[in-house]
Amino acid sequence: MRIVAPLVEPAIAVSCRGITRDFGDGDTRIRVLHGIDLDIPLGEITLLVGPSGCGKTTLISIVCGLLEPTGGDITLFGESHQSLRGTRLVQFRGKNIGFVFQQYNLLPALTAAENAALPLIIAGMPRRQAVSKARETLETVGLGNRADSKPSQLSGGQQQRVAIARALVHEPRLLVCDEPTAALDAQSGQTVMELLRRVAVHPDRAVLVVTHDNRVFEYGDRIVSMTDGRIEKIETRAQRIAVRSEPAAEPIANELLSVNRVFGSVDHVA
Amino acid sequence: MNWVAWKMLTGDRTKYLGIVFGVAFGSVLIAHQTSIFVSLMRRTVSQIIDVADADVWVMNENVQSVDELRPLPDTEVSVVRGVPGVAWAVGLYKGMVTARQPNGLHRQLILMGLDDSSLVGAPREMLYGSLADLRQPDAVIIDKAGYSYLFPNQPYQLGRTLEMNDRRAVIVGICKASPPFQTFPILFARYNVARQYAPRDRNFLSFVLVKMMPGTEPAKLCQQIQQRSGRVALTTSQFAWMTVWYYIKSTGIPINFGITVALGFIVGTAIAGQTFYLFTIENLKQFGNLKAMGVTNLRIIQMILLQAVVVGVLGYSIGIGMSAMFFEVTKDVTHLAGFQTPWQVALMTAVAVGFIVVLSSVLSIRKVLVLEPAVVFR
Ligand SMILES: Nc1ncnc2c1ncn2[C@@H]1O[C@H](COP(=O)(O)OP(=O)(O)OP(=O)(O)O)[C@@H](O)[C@H]1O
Ligand SMILES: [Mg+2]
Repeated sequence: MRIVAPLVEPAIAVSCRGITRDFGDGDTRIRVLHGIDLDIPLGEITLLVGPSGCGKTTLISIVCGLLEPTGGDITLFGESHQSLRGTRLVQFRGKNIGFVFQQYNLLPALTAAENAALPLIIAGMPRRQAVSKARETLETVGLGNRADSKPSQLSGGQQQRVAIARALVHEPRLLVCDEPTAALDAQSGQTVMELLRRVAVHPDRAVLVVTHDNRVFEYGDRIVSMTDGRIEKIETRAQRIAVRSEPAAEPIANELLSVNRVFGSVDHVA
Repeated sequence: MNWVAWKMLTGDRTKYLGIVFGVAFGSVLIAHQTSIFVSLMRRTVSQIIDVADADVWVMNENVQSVDELRPLPDTEVSVVRGVPGVAWAVGLYKGMVTARQPNGLHRQLILMGLDDSSLVGAPREMLYGSLADLRQPDAVIIDKAGYSYLFPNQPYQLGRTLEMNDRRAVIVGICKASPPFQTFPILFARYNVARQYAPRDRNFLSFVLVKMMPGTEPAKLCQQIQQRSGRVALTTSQFAWMTVWYYIKSTGIPINFGITVALGFIVGTAIAGQTFYLFTIENLKQFGNLKAMGVTNLRIIQMILLQAVVVGVLGYSIGIGMSAMFFEVTKDVTHLAGFQTPWQVALMTAVAVGFIVVLSSVLSIRKVLVLEPAVVFR
């Protein structure tokens, strides 16, 4: 019988150590990430927040292996990024990571079910089988009846749900969402986030969501705040609830929008 | 993934048709312009090629093309006949004459004088009358297009007369002849009849046509004829190419036309290449997306090449079809009679279209390959 040690800390999906990233050459060279240390745990939704241009997209691109860091180390499910190169990296990404984008990025020529089936088809599953599996996944995001619609026939919120089905159909261990609600109205944004909580969270999966949208902060298990290429603060749900119950505290959303003002003196909570 | 590539290409009907027709239009421009040019140049040598029986043409050393002739003395025929390897040799006259029609109008004509006994160089296809009627006095045969020039909108009727050099000529037959470059009517007569229609000159003979004995080396025979007669002897194809080059060098027509062909070619390739290049560039984000989702570069290249091949093959087929159809529809128009898309032009167009489609896909593939997959987040 295998004895599993009880986990005190949640298991870590992605671990970043000292990540830096520069853009440009010579005089125009600028450093966008200044030594990021970050662990993304399994079984939780991690929100990455911060002002525009602070490097959120750059950081998640590096986490997914879409962009090379200038310096530092990343470990993805125990594999060092240095050992993941070329075709192996591409295939690793296809198998282990699901993506949800701000602009949905569905292929306009394919139906909802075909779009959702793409990760399976890319992995080599026969098309029929892949599409029928994708239909099941569409059921779970509440779009079973729109499986044969083209993206142009769907609302933004519905397209984003198709994108979520596509991101989950192959049961990846990491789901990365960049501003998934930014193009949506409040109602659709709520629906998408509720859906993520309901269908994406899984003990063996990490969910990383970049967002500007303070309405969705409540869906995060932990919130990582960035400014100017640095992690300013990491806050768990429990800590936020504690802050909220302090009598003098302002509503949570406002606080987080003005992290500098409220938490400017607080040190990293790692 | 080939299925995805196919869907991406054909998903938007309008765009898909647009790309295919872009390439088709490019192919038409290339094939059509080149065909017209080639057919036009072929017309400069149509009278050489129409004399199918001759292997070697013997002519005055100052001859530059089939349309710029210097006469030889009639005795050259027997000189050439004496060269070993010559099966037979006959004289041929070709010249320009002025004919007066019954209504008083004057016309320039091409007059061919054929060897009296063998009629070598005679038209191969008679539409009205028969070749044998040439043996009648003052008999001439006219080509169909020439008849229409002289007697526009009139029914084909034998027995009409013309006057040349104050001599009467009777049209005893109407034949098919390849249209000449200068669109003059062509008259065929016996050599000794033609002599009376042409302006008086010391010498009258234009060519000595030679048939080789089987197994003779053409180059060697030409050399021997040249040695023996002091004249120029050329094989049919040498003479034809000399004429083509003469036209290309000495007249503005091929140059101007060549420019049009070059423009057709450039515009055609630009359109074909541009449409496909833009298509791939428009799909850049989709390809980036697929790359992020785990599609390897090799697969992406396959997808783009598949799209290129589909677009290229369809566009080319439609284009060549349209070009061929144009010449099929216009084949009865005198100015375009005999114009066609030769297989060499079809092949060249295929190579050009293939090249340009592959080039534009390679250019766009390069863009896709260097594409930071991180663009998916932009
Ligand atoms: N390819 C690039 N070349 C040069 N600079 C870049 C590149 N990508 C990002 N940057 C710069 O890096 C900085 C961080 O960009 P990034 O897109 O990561 O910000 P962000 O936090 O995602 O912003 P937003 O909230 O507006 O999406 C910006 O100043 C941006 O201009
Ligand atoms: Mg961003």
